[in-house]
Amino acid sequence: MSSKTEKNGDTKSPFAIALKAINKQFGPVRANQDIDLNVRAGTVHGIIGENGAGKSTLVSILYGFYTADSGTISVNGTPLNIKGSADAIAHGIGMVHQHFMLVPIFTVLENIILGHEGQKGLQAGMEDGRAELERLSNQYGLDVPLDAVVSELPVGIQQRVEILKALYRGAKILILDEPTGVLTPQETDQLFEILKTLRQQGVTILLITHKLREIMAITDYVSVMRGGKMVAHLDTGDTDPTKLAELMVGRPVLLEADYPDANIKDVQLDVKHLSYQDSAGAPVISDISFALHAGEILGIAGVSGNGQSELLEILAGILQPTDGDIHIAGKHITAEQPLGPAEVKALGVAHVPEDRHAVGMVLPFSAAETSVLGYETNEALGDSWFFSPSRLKTHCAKLMQAFDVRPANPSLKSSQFSGGNQQKIVLAREISSDPKILLVGQPTRGVDIGAIEFIHKELIALRDRGCAILLVSVELDEILSLSDRIMVMNNGQHMGVVSRDEADPQKLGLLMAGITDGAAAS
Amino acid sequence: MADLWLQFILTIDATLRVATPLILCAMAGIFSERSGIIDISLEGKMLMSAFAAGAVAAVSGSPWLGLGAAILVSLSASLLHGFACITHRGNQVISGLAINILASGLTVTLGIAFFAQGGQTPLLSKGQRFTPMELPAADWLGQNIPILGQLYKEIISGHNILVWVSLLAVLVTYHIVFKTTFGLRLRAVGEKPEAVDSAGISVTMMRYQAVLIAGILCGIAGAYLSIATGAGFVREMTAGKGYIALAAMIFGKWKPWPALLACLMFGFLEALAARVQGVSLPVVGELSTDLILAAPYVMTVILLAGFIGRADPPKAIGEPYIKER
Repeated sequence: MSSKTEKNGDTKSPFAIALKAINKQFGPVRANQDIDLNVRAGTVHGIIGENGAGKSTLVSILYGFYTADSGTISVNGTPLNIKGSADAIAHGIGMVHQHFMLVPIFTVLENIILGHEGQKGLQAGMEDGRAELERLSNQYGLDVPLDAVVSELPVGIQQRVEILKALYRGAKILILDEPTGVLTPQETDQLFEILKTLRQQGVTILLITHKLREIMAITDYVSVMRGGKMVAHLDTGDTDPTKLAELMVGRPVLLEADYPDANIKDVQLDVKHLSYQDSAGAPVISDISFALHAGEILGIAGVSGNGQSELLEILAGILQPTDGDIHIAGKHITAEQPLGPAEVKALGVAHVPEDRHAVGMVLPFSAAETSVLGYETNEALGDSWFFSPSRLKTHCAKLMQAFDVRPANPSLKSSQFSGGNQQKIVLAREISSDPKILLVGQPTRGVDIGAIEFIHKELIALRDRGCAILLVSVELDEILSLSDRIMVMNNGQHMGVVSRDEADPQKLGLLMAGITDGAAAS
Repeated sequence: MADLWLQFILTIDATLRVATPLILCAMAGIFSERSGIIDISLEGKMLMSAFAAGAVAAVSGSPWLGLGAAILVSLSASLLHGFACITHRGNQVISGLAINILASGLTVTLGIAFFAQGGQTPLLSKGQRFTPMELPAADWLGQNIPILGQLYKEIISGHNILVWVSLLAVLVTYHIVFKTTFGLRLRAVGEKPEAVDSAGISVTMMRYQAVLIAGILCGIAGAYLSIATGAGFVREMTAGKGYIALAAMIFGKWKPWPALLACLMFGFLEALAARVQGVSLPVVGELSTDLILAAPYVMTVILLAGFIGRADPPKAIGEPYIKER
C-alpha cells in the first residue's frame, strides 16, 4: 500500500514521531520486524492490528519500556536514544497504558505527581502540582477530583487521570494503548471528545486499537500491522472498515454476519431473585431474575466488573449464591443447597470460562489433555481408573478437525497455541459434550478476527440445534450480533432486557452506565 | 501496694529494653516490605551484626567501631538479599532464609576461629559497651517526688543511647514514609511498580535503597544485643527476635506507629514473663519457667492468627519486577 499525500496536520514541521527499521525479538518471536512509521504533528494517528501483531511492543519501545534491538527513533526531527520511560517523558512523550499505571491506594494528586514531585519537598510539590493541574484541567476540559482515592473512581475517570498525568509531565505526544477496552460506549464518546480537544490544542495522538470503528471515528491517518510487520499506511478518509480488516487479517473477512432468527422453545434455566455477596460482604449481584430458553442466545452486556463474571460462575456451580433460586433443566437449586461444578455439569450445563488461561485450561498440559478437562471420566476414553492416551489423542484430533484448530497436533502444549486456537479447543470440548445449556464468557477475548467469525458461527449452529446459550461479553458488537435478547447488568443489578430488534449501542450504553428510562427498561 | 507499683514500672522499663531491637527491626521491615521486598532475613542480619559488633568492640575497645562494623556487615547481607531478589529476581523468602542459615552458622564458626570461646566473643568491659545513661537528678527525683519522680528515674533515665535511637527511628520512619518524596515513591513501588517505572523512576534503585536502609536498622539492632544490653556476642542470641519483629510489623499493618505499639506489646509480654518467673502467683501458684518463656511466642501465633483482622500487605510484595516479557 502506498501512503497518500497528507492533507491534515502540520505538514511543514518534521514528523512528531519518525520510526525507522525498528526490530525487536522476544526469544524466538520477532515481535517487530523493520517497522517504519511517520506521525504528523497535531494529528490523531491510529495503529490497528490483531492481538499479537506487535502494536503494543512498538509503542512500548517508543515509550522506553522496551529497548529496540535495532532501528532509530526521531522525535520532532531529532534522533533520540530512548533508554527508559524517563527519556521518553523528557522528550514530551506520554503514554496511557491499556492497564492503568496508577497506584490504587493513592489519591489522584499523589498518582499524578509521582516521579515529578519537584525539588521543594513533598508538601510544596503537592501544592504546586495542584495549581498546575487545575490549570491543565481547565485548558483541556478534563475534570478530575484531585483528592479522591483512585481505586474508588470509575474506570473512565481513572483513564482521564492517566491522560492528565501525561499532560502534567509535559506530553506533546500522547500514546493511547487500547483505551476503550474498559469503557462504556458513552465513556468512549467522551474520550473521543477529549482527544479532539487535545488535537485542537496541538497534541499529537497515537491511538493503538484493534477496533475498526474507532479508527474510522477519530483518526486522521492509520497504519496497519500484521504478524510483527507494518503492512500499510493510509489516510483514514480514503479507506473503509472492510479494507482495513482485510489488511489486518491478510484475507477477506465477513465483518457483519446477519444470522437467522431463533426458534425459541421452553425454559431451560430459570433464575429467581439471585444475590451474591463477596467474602467481604459487599453485594456483587443483587436480586437478579431471568429465564433462558432452549434455542436462544441471551446476551449479558455490561462494563467489565459489574457482576457478570460472578453470575456465570454461580450458574456453573463454582461460586455459591447467598440468596435466590435457580432451576436448571427442572432441578431446583437454592442458596441453602447449592450444587458443585460437577453436579451442574451432570445436568447438561457446559461452561466456557471467561479466563481461559486461569480457568479454562491447564497451560502446560497437552492439547489432548486440555480437550478432556472436566470430562476425563468419559467412558469413551477408558474405564474409571485408567484412560487410554491413544484414544485421548484420537478424540482430540477429531475435535481439532471439527473446529479447525491449527496446528492440529494433540501432543502440543496448550500454551503453544494462539489465543484463538486455545479458545477453539475449549469451545470444542464444551460443545462436544452436547449440552442443554451453554454458559459462555468472553468467547472471543484475545482472539483474531478470522477465529471470531468461526466461533460465532459455531455458537449460532449450537443454538439452532436447540441449546440454550447464555453469553457474557464486554464486546458490545459481539452481544449485538449474536444475541436474541440482551440483558444489561450494572453494579450487580439487572437493568433491563432488550430484544435484538430494539437494541442499539446507545440504548445499551445508557443501561450499562446505570441509567434507565421508561422506554429502555422492561 | 507501693511494691506492686514499683514492680509495674520496672516491668515497663524492661519492656522498653526488650522492645528496642524489635522496634529497629520492625522499622527495617517496613522499609523493605513497603518497597515490595519480603525480608525474613531481619533475624539473620541482626545476628550477623551482633557478632560483628561484639567482635570489633572486643578487639578495638570502642563500641562506636563495633556499631559501625555491625552496620557494615548488615548492609552487606542486605546487598546480597537485594542482588538475589532485585537484580536476579530470586525468591525473596528463600533468599532471606539462606541469609538466616548463613548467619547462624557463620557467626559460630568465625567466633570459634577468632576467639576460641565456644562461639562467643570475649566479655566486654564497661568502656567497650553502650552503657546506661543516668539522666540529671534521677536519683534525687526518684527518692523525693513520689510518682513522676519514680517514672523519670526508672523509665526515662538509665537507658543506653540505642534505646533512644530506636524510638527516634520510628519518628524518622514515619516522616520518611509518609511525608517525603522518597516515601511516596517507596510506597508506590511496593504497590504498583509499573506505575513507578512508567513515571521514569528506577524500580531497581528504589528497592535497593529500601533494602539498604533496612540493613542499617538491623545493624543497629544487632549491635544493641551484643554491645548494649549484652556484654558480648552469644551464639543464637537473637533467638527469633527478627521473626517477632516481622510479626509486629504485620500486626502493625506496615505502619510505623502501630508497629511500635505491637513491638511494645511483645516486649511487655517478655518483660512480664521474666518478672513472674519464680514468683508465686495467687490461684495458679508458681508458673513453669518454660511456659512463661514460651508465652510471648504463643501470643505471637495467637495474635497473628486471630486478632489482626484483615492485613493488607503492599500489593506487589514478593513479586520480582519483570519488565521485559
